[in-house]
Order: sequence, then C-alpha cells, then structure tokens
Amino acid sequence: MAAANTGASGGRDPAIARADWIHTPVGGGPVARRAVLTIVLLLTAVFLIAPLALIVVTGLSSGLAVFWRNLTEPSTIHAVLLTLATALVVVPINILFGLAAAWTVSKFRFPGRTLLIALIELPYSVSPIVAGVAYLFVYGAQGLFGPFLEAHDIKIMFAVPAIFLVSLFVTAPYVARELIPLMQVQGTEEEEAAVTLGASGFATFWRVTLPNVKWAVVYGAILCNARVMGEFGAVSVVSGNIRGQTTTLPLQIELLYQDYNVVGAFTAATVLTAVALLTIVIKAVLERFGRVPHGST
Amino acid sequence: MRRRVIPGFGLALGTTVLYLAAIVLLPLSALLLKASGIGLSQLIDILSSPRTLSAIRVTVTMAFAATMFNAVYGLLLAWALARYDFPGKRLLDGLVDVPFALPTAVAGLALTALFAKNGWFGRPLEAIGIPVAYTPLGIAIAMAFTSIPFVVRTVQPVIEDLGSDVEEAGRSLGASDLQILRRVIFPAIFPAFLAGCSLAFARSLGEFGAVIFIAGNQPMRTEIVALLTFIRLEEYNYQGAAAIATVMLLMAFVMLVITNSVQAWHLRYLARGED
Repeated sequence: MAAANTGASGGRDPAIARADWIHTPVGGGPVARRAVLTIVLLLTAVFLIAPLALIVVTGLSSGLAVFWRNLTEPSTIHAVLLTLATALVVVPINILFGLAAAWTVSKFRFPGRTLLIALIELPYSVSPIVAGVAYLFVYGAQGLFGPFLEAHDIKIMFAVPAIFLVSLFVTAPYVARELIPLMQVQGTEEEEAAVTLGASGFATFWRVTLPNVKWAVVYGAILCNARVMGEFGAVSVVSGNIRGQTTTLPLQIELLYQDYNVVGAFTAATVLTAVALLTIVIKAVLERFGRVPHGST
Repeated sequence: MRRRVIPGFGLALGTTVLYLAAIVLLPLSALLLKASGIGLSQLIDILSSPRTLSAIRVTVTMAFAATMFNAVYGLLLAWALARYDFPGKRLLDGLVDVPFALPTAVAGLALTALFAKNGWFGRPLEAIGIPVAYTPLGIAIAMAFTSIPFVVRTVQPVIEDLGSDVEEAGRSLGASDLQILRRVIFPAIFPAFLAGCSLAFARSLGEFGAVIFIAGNQPMRTEIVALLTFIRLEEYNYQGAAAIATVMLLMAFVMLVITNSVQAWHLRYLARGED
C-alpha cells in the first residue's frame, strides 16, 4: 500500500497518470507524509527516547567504577535476587494457568464461557494499588484469614509470600491473553484428529497443541516476566518495604531515591531498563519471524 | 451440546476456576466485604471529604488530559507505522512498546529527572513559565507515557487492514483527501480508536508508580486516588483505604464495561465490512 506513492506521474500517458492519481493513498503525498513523520518523530524523541537515554546517561554518569559499586551494594544485590526469585516462582505458575485457561475457553463451548474470559482479563483493568489493598484484607492482621494465620504463626503479609501472591494477580492474564485468540483461530480439528487416532489427552496436548502455540507461550512468558520484575504499586502495598528483606528492585529504586542517592537509584533503574529493552527485542524477533501476530500486546 | 471429543475439559476448567477464585476473586471479594462493613454514613463521610474529592478530581481530569494527548499522538503514530515506509520504522515500532516493558517506577524516575527544574526539558520549560514536575501537568505527562501503546496498538492493525478500494472509489467520485479522510477512513477506524482511548483512560486512572515520582504528592493539589489509598493504609486507616480502593475498583468496572461494549461495536463493525 505504501509503495503506491513513489515518483511523480508527469510526462507519461495521461490515462496512466490519472490511474496513478486514483491509486495514491490518502496522506501519501510528500507534504502530508513529511508533516506526520516530523510530528511523530519529534514527540517520540521527547516522550520515548529521552527517558531511556536519561536513565543510561545518569546511571553511568559517575563512571563504571561507581556504577559497579552501586550495583554490588548488598541491599541492591538482595533486591536483584528477590526480583529474580519472584519471576522464577510467578512466571511458570502463570504459564500453566494461561495454558489451562486458554485450553478451557478455546477448545470447548460451555455456559458461562464469556464470563470466564472476562474474569481471566479482570486483573488487567484493576489498579495494582487496589490489588495490593485487596490482598491485605485477606492475609493481613485485619483480613479474613488474619486471625488464623496469626494463631498458627504463618507470615504472609509484609513478607516474601505476599510479593509472590500480588505478582501472580497482576500478571495472571499475560500468557492467557496471547494464547486465547491464537488457539481460537486454530480450532479443534487437529486435536480431534489426534484423539480419534487414539492419542491420549496428554499426548494430544504435548504433541499437537503445544507445538502450535509454543512461540505465543514464550512471548506471553516474556511479557509476564517483564511485568513481574517491574511491578511497583501492588508490591509496595504488601511488601512492608523492609530494607534488605522485602525490597524488590523497583522498591529499591524508590528507597535509594528517597535517600537522595540519585545515581544509585538510576543504577538500579538501568538494570530494569536492560530487562525492558531485551523484552522488546525478543518481541520484535518473534514478530519478525511471524511466530506471533504483529502488534499484539 | 456437541459431544466432546477432546478430553481434559474437567481438569482444565477446574484448574482455571480454582486459580481465578484463589488469586483474583478471593482478594477482590475481601475488599468489597471490608467496604460493605463500613456503614453508609461513614462511607459517605470518607468519600465526600475534600481530600478524597480533590484526589478523584485530579486523577480523572489528568487521565482525561493524558488520553486527549494520546488520542492525537497515538493516532498519528499508528498512521505513520501503518502507511509510511521510512528508515528506522522498525525501531519506532519497537519503541511503542517501551511504556509496556519499562517498569512504571523507572519511567516515573526518568520523567521526573527530565522535567525537574534542572532537567533536560524542565529547564527550558521553566524558563518560559511552564513548570511541569510537581504540578498536575506532570501527572498528565506520566499518565500519557504509560498509556501511549494502548491507542497505537488498537488502531494500527485497523489502518493496515483498510482496503484501498473504498478510498479509490471516493477519489474517482471526486472527493478530496480531507473528505475521504473524514467520511471514509475516520469512520472505519473510529470504533478501534475509541476502544484504544478508553483502554488508555482506564490505565491512567489506576497508574501509581509513574505518577507519584513526578506529582509532588501535595494533598488537595497533586495527590492522586491511588496514592491517597496508599497513605490511608500507612496511617492504619483501613476503613478509609477500603472505601477509596472500592471506588477505584468500581471505576475500573465501569471502564471495563465501556471498553468491552466499544470493542464489541468495533468487532460488529469489522464483521459488517466483510459481508
């Protein structure tokens, strides 16, 4: 479509020139094109490129030695490890949930299916702060299970388990959202054929369904991972923010910033920015090879 | 109902429902239960206090401003990505995902540093009398940043799929570019555009990490609803936190219903186009 606006039509047969004019897409002229691109590139430079550039520039502003010292500071190392541990727990669980949820709503028709899809998507529209507060009213001292947990000396709130739980909540839809539309399009014929030929349910899933959707799973898992590692609002409500114990990397950034250690804060931010950029690169690569639909988020 | 050939329905449905019940429904029900125990008069007191009302007003106004900005920028960005070929197009396409992939706290930190008095953009803006950091404008900028991809990614595929035939028909009937844009192209992308804008608005209403760094968080002036909820918790005022969190949850539900009906309209529109 975009190739239609190449070159002028002067000097040719008027009939062809006229056809050319009809096929020129709206906004395909040089003036409109230049105006739109100028505005878009300018705004993108200001809003999307400048923040990234600033993080890297500030993080490295005091030199690599200081960057390294900030990075290897014990509380930052602890935050990195806790963030990695959260991702290691949450991402696999939500891959399994995403597969089960997508299998349920895309391979079967049953009453309440639309409601189930809405429920799967629900955490996506709930503010992370609300998620954190809601968990407090389940496992906190004031919550539903509070007295029971206290009596049995089980600590969930303001401890690591709460960080895992809210992270599960905020990223629950990530893998499912990638799988549901894809598996709906693929339909059930291949699975039905496999089952009819005598394959067990598990073999059908493992040998037929999973190979068809594996790149969408990878893609969903990568987005899920980025969100888990970066989640701030929900985690800051339930973590208790105990320095060196329940601070994930995003919380560590805020702590350092409040301590007026701006370079330290930006050092931690650089690590998370690297994770974000890696996520985008992997997403672009998967899209380029057509393994996931373009532009889906 | 058709006989099910594929096995595993019970197991998959059971797993899904159990997980949703434990991870999503249980906490949200606990929040509503807590809020329902507050008592109507006290609930009204909490929600009609000047500080709560101001936080709601600031949040909704700035989310609206951010959405207006993204409506324009997002539409142009989607148009450029769908219609033009230019060097760096793939890079630009990747950059659209930055707000999704970048943690909100990191975005907040970076935007604050950019727009602070001595920042790259803050210094010149301050010089012409437009302070951004620690003002409502800063809130709108942070919200705009985190919700840009919603508009772009909803509209972009629709512009890509627009058939050139209607456009050419319009042109051969003598319509000008502007007329085709207004009468043919815009109506076709409008449902998707509206869906993207409502997603962006919904996201802005609940945003926390990106906003609190740049907002300055002054009560009655630059305090957002999410932060006020957080502050009530830190004061151990659990009833206050539950009441305000419930309002946020209701706003999310309303936006979900609006977004879903707009998207259903969008899908019907697409289906009609295929006839």
